[in-house]
Amino acid sequence: MTLTRRSTFALGLGLPLMLVTRPLFASPETMGAAIATFTAGATPAEGRVSLDIPLLVENGNSVPMTVEVDSPMTANDHVTEIAVFNERNPLPDIVRFRPSPALGLARFQVRIRLGDTQKITAIARMSDGSLWSAAMTVIVTAPACIES
Amino acid sequence: MTKVCTTALVILMAGPAQSDDRRSGFEFMGPTTQSMQTDDMANPGMLAVLAGERLWNEPAGLSEQSCQTCHGDPEGEMRGVAARYPAFDEVAGTAVDISGRVNLCRTRHQRADPLPHENADLLALVTLIGLQSRGLPIQPDPDPRLTEWRARGEAYYETRVGQLNLSCAQCHDENAGGHLGGAPIPEAHPTGYPIYRLEWQAMGSLQRRLRGCFTGVRSEPWPYGSDGYIALEAYLMQRAAGMTMETPAVRP
Amino acid sequence: MADVLVNIPESAAPGEIIEIKLLISHPMETGFRPLADGTLQPRDIITSVRCLYGGETVLEVDLHPAISANPFLAFHLRVDRSDEIVLEWTDWYGEVQREVRQIEVV
Repeated sequence: MTLTRRSTFALGLGLPLMLVTRPLFASPETMGAAIATFTAGATPAEGRVSLDIPLLVENGNSVPMTVEVDSPMTANDHVTEIAVFNERNPLPDIVRFRPSPALGLARFQVRIRLGDTQKITAIARMSDGSLWSAAMTVIVTAPACIES
Repeated sequence: MTKVCTTALVILMAGPAQSDDRRSGFEFMGPTTQSMQTDDMANPGMLAVLAGERLWNEPAGLSEQSCQTCHGDPEGEMRGVAARYPAFDEVAGTAVDISGRVNLCRTRHQRADPLPHENADLLALVTLIGLQSRGLPIQPDPDPRLTEWRARGEAYYETRVGQLNLSCAQCHDENAGGHLGGAPIPEAHPTGYPIYRLEWQAMGSLQRRLRGCFTGVRSEPWPYGSDGYIALEAYLMQRAAGMTMETPAVRP
Repeated sequence: MADVLVNIPESAAPGEIIEIKLLISHPMETGFRPLADGTLQPRDIITSVRCLYGGETVLEVDLHPAISANPFLAFHLRVDRSDEIVLEWTDWYGEVQREVRQIEVV
C-alpha cells in the first residue's frame, strides 16, 4: 500500500493554505527604499561581501546566515557597518553589524526568519565610505504537517 | 592484521544506529541543521538543558525538596533513564513517559502541583534527563506489563485515521525517504526528544510531535496525556531499540 | 534573566583571532503573530547586542524581528592582551543583561 495519488494531492494542497496565514507585507520596493536610506542614494558596487545561506531552506523560522566582508580590518581600512535586507518579510531590515577594526575579521553568523522564497541583500560600508554588496535568492520549502 | 583491526574499528565507530538500515531523522536533515544539533554552543536545546539544571536544584512544593535532594546530580542516577522509558508505574497501575514520571515525583514526593504538558519547566527537566542518555542505545524496559501497551501502540501506528485516511505506517514505513511537498519523510524514530523544532521555535515533546501528525492527516488529536500517546511512545521506542539517543535533537 | 550560552575561549595567543558565540533564550516575538482573538501578540525582541573588550566597544549589532527565536550570534575578535570581554544586550523594554568573561592572552 502506498500513498494514493488523491491523498498525496490532498496533503500537498493543505500546505500552501496554511502558509498564506503568515503576514507578508514587504515588497522589493520597500527593500529598495530601506537600502536607499542606508546608502543615502548611492549604488553599492558588487563584491567584497559574501553571503552564505543554504540555497534550500528546511524551515524559514531559523535560517543560518553567514555574512563576511573582505577587509584587512585595520584602523585605516575596515568595515564600519553591514546591513542585511530582505524583500518579503513584514519588515525589510534583518540585522546590522557595526564592527570596530579590533575584531580582526569581519565575519558574522546569525539565524534569520524568512517568510517566503526571496532575495536577500547585504551591503557593507567601508571606512573610506565605499559601499559593497552581495545578494542571493533563497528558496524556503514548506515543512510537512505543521500545527495549524 | 592491520586490515582486521581497521575493519573492527570501523564497525565500532559506526555504532548501533548504523548496524541496520534504520535511519534517524538527523540523517534526513541538511548539513546546516545537523550542525545546529551537533554543536552544543549552537544547539538551542542546550538552553533547555541550562534551565533544567537550574530547576533540578530548586526546591518545589510543600516538601521543599528538589530533584537533587533525592537523586543527586543528574549525571548519576539519570544516566540511561530516558533510553528505557516509557516504564510501568506500580502505584498508578499505568505506563508513564518521562514527563509523567517527573509529574509523579512532583505530586508524590515534592507535594507540588503537576506541571501542564509542554510547560517550559517540564520540558527543561525532561531535556536535562534526556541528555543523560545522549549517545546511549535505546533500551526499552523489559517489564512484561509494557507488552500490551506496545501492542496497542503498534495497532494505532497501523490504523488509518483522519480525513486523509492515512496511518503512521503509510508515511513513515511505506513512504519513508520520499517527500511530502518539499520536506523529506523520515522514519519516525523518537531518538532525540524533547526536540528543538525550528517550526515551533521552541522545545516540544513527542506527544506534541504526534499531535502534529494527527493534524497533518486531518484527524482530531487526542488530548495531551492520553493513554494512546503513551502506547504509541512505547511502541515507537521499541521500534527504535538499539538506535542512539540524541536528546536534545534539532529538527526542521 | 534569560538563560544564555556564551562561548569564549579562556585563553589565547597574542594576536590570535578567536571566535565568540552567544545563544540567548528569547522568543523574539515579531509583533506580527495573530492570536486567537484576532489581535496581535505584542512585539518583544532583543533590539541590540554589544561586545566590549577591555571596556572598549568592539561590536554593535541591531536585531530586527527577522532574527530567529533564541537568537544566535557568532563573530570574531583579535585578542592582544588579557582582559575582560563583556557581552551586553538590550530588549524591547530597555532591560539590559550582560555576561562577563575574562580571557588570558599568553
